[in-house]
Amino acid sequence: MQMPLMVRFLPDFKVMCRHPLAKPLVFVLALWPFVHLVWAAAFDQLGANPAEALVRATGDWSLRFLCVVLAVTPLRVLTGNPALARFRRMLGLLVYFYVVLHLLSYSGFDMAFDVTDIAKDIVKRPFILVGFLAFVVLSALALTSFNRAIRILGGQNWQRLHQTVYFVAGLAIVHFFWMRAGKNNFAEVIFYAVVLGILLAWRMWRFLNKSRL
Amino acid sequence: LAHGKTSVAGALSMEKVTDYKHASTYNNFYEFGTDKADPARAAHTLKTSPWTVEIEGLVKKPGRYALEDLLKLSSQEERIYRLRCVEGWSMVIPWVGYSLSELIKRVEPLGGAKYVEFVTLADPKTMPGVTARVLDWPYVEGLRMDEAMHPLTLLAFGMYGEVLPKQSGAPLRLVVPWKYGFKSGKSLVKIRFTDKQPATAWNKAAANEYGFYSNVNPNVDHPRWSQATERRIGEDGLFAKKRKTLMFNGYEAQVGQLYAGMDLSKNF
Repeated sequence: MQMPLMVRFLPDFKVMCRHPLAKPLVFVLALWPFVHLVWAAAFDQLGANPAEALVRATGDWSLRFLCVVLAVTPLRVLTGNPALARFRRMLGLLVYFYVVLHLLSYSGFDMAFDVTDIAKDIVKRPFILVGFLAFVVLSALALTSFNRAIRILGGQNWQRLHQTVYFVAGLAIVHFFWMRAGKNNFAEVIFYAVVLGILLAWRMWRFLNKSRL
Repeated sequence: LAHGKTSVAGALSMEKVTDYKHASTYNNFYEFGTDKADPARAAHTLKTSPWTVEIEGLVKKPGRYALEDLLKLSSQEERIYRLRCVEGWSMVIPWVGYSLSELIKRVEPLGGAKYVEFVTLADPKTMPGVTARVLDWPYVEGLRMDEAMHPLTLLAFGMYGEVLPKQSGAPLRLVVPWKYGFKSGKSLVKIRFTDKQPATAWNKAAANEYGFYSNVNPNVDHPRWSQATERRIGEDGLFAKKRKTLMFNGYEAQVGQLYAGMDLSKNF
């Protein structure tokens, strides 16, 4: 009968989420992959092809944070923990942060910031086009993430705009799928597609139930 | 691995040799997984002794050749070749071996033999990647007879002065320096002389992307990416600019005449 006792001594998660240091702590944790990559790059720890390693790692972290931010609301509702809402904007901007790093790594290391080469590449490779489109849409969301933007756009318009994040999730999966298609290696792609699919399905289910009421 | 000097034209690149660490940990060998770190991690299971190579088809002296005999068949020499992967990266690797032509002359191909087919090991017990259906196993590659007879086409047993590491295609592999890396089959078990162009693994998987010839050519793009430039592995760190890819990977003077009059954008 040790488990229940242990559980009682664990700090209450809901209380922790309301702690003033909770947000800074999540922020620091979320920046850890970035710090780690900078460290690894500086000390030549990225293997034989460091440029490729950085492009891939920043892409992976973009996708992971996208899953995390889209899980916030389902977790908030399912666990009855309204304090989780506080983390949503910050996590959303962190997705954008890693996406920008991903784009910069590709543009810098792969294309030497040559704008004509990048433009040609976007036209030549559908998977680059899809990734770029996802970046453009996410930029619109990042630029309207502050409180005044909600007032200017009006709550409903703002919400509609920000629901396009699911469109971005779809583009991200297509981007990743095409990238892996050359090697027929889809295990990871399927994993992220399933996670994002469940999160989207939960919202649709909730929306349909609400509209019936 | 004991070896002497080469007298083959173009066989000693003066460029900076890629670190052994990179050349032995970053490569494609799908039989051990599709990630470029997989072969170095997983290839220790490969059993390279005893090893025989079957010579068959349109040839006067077919048969099973033991690795020990192949090692002694001709004098081994070091060749420093550029290696250009179809994915857009490159290395400079010192190989040890002898021209494949030495072996071909010894087994005496018949007049009808126009192509050489190379079959590589596909052993699901020691090669975890063979269970994945990425390619149609075993991995098959092929060359036209004149390409196979070219002195630059190397039957390699070693690299960096040592016996080949397992992840690089031990105990013997092909190295065709003017073609994309995948044309150079690893861990060879069969060499077949035929009158028909062999059905090669990547060509079967995606004919519009990987042609039979697959000569390095900056002017003919892969359908999904440009082949105009390449990243030299280990060169000047992260911010090094990609370098321009050279026609026939810089071996145009030696091999250009093999393709005289051919439309290389059709015969890619």
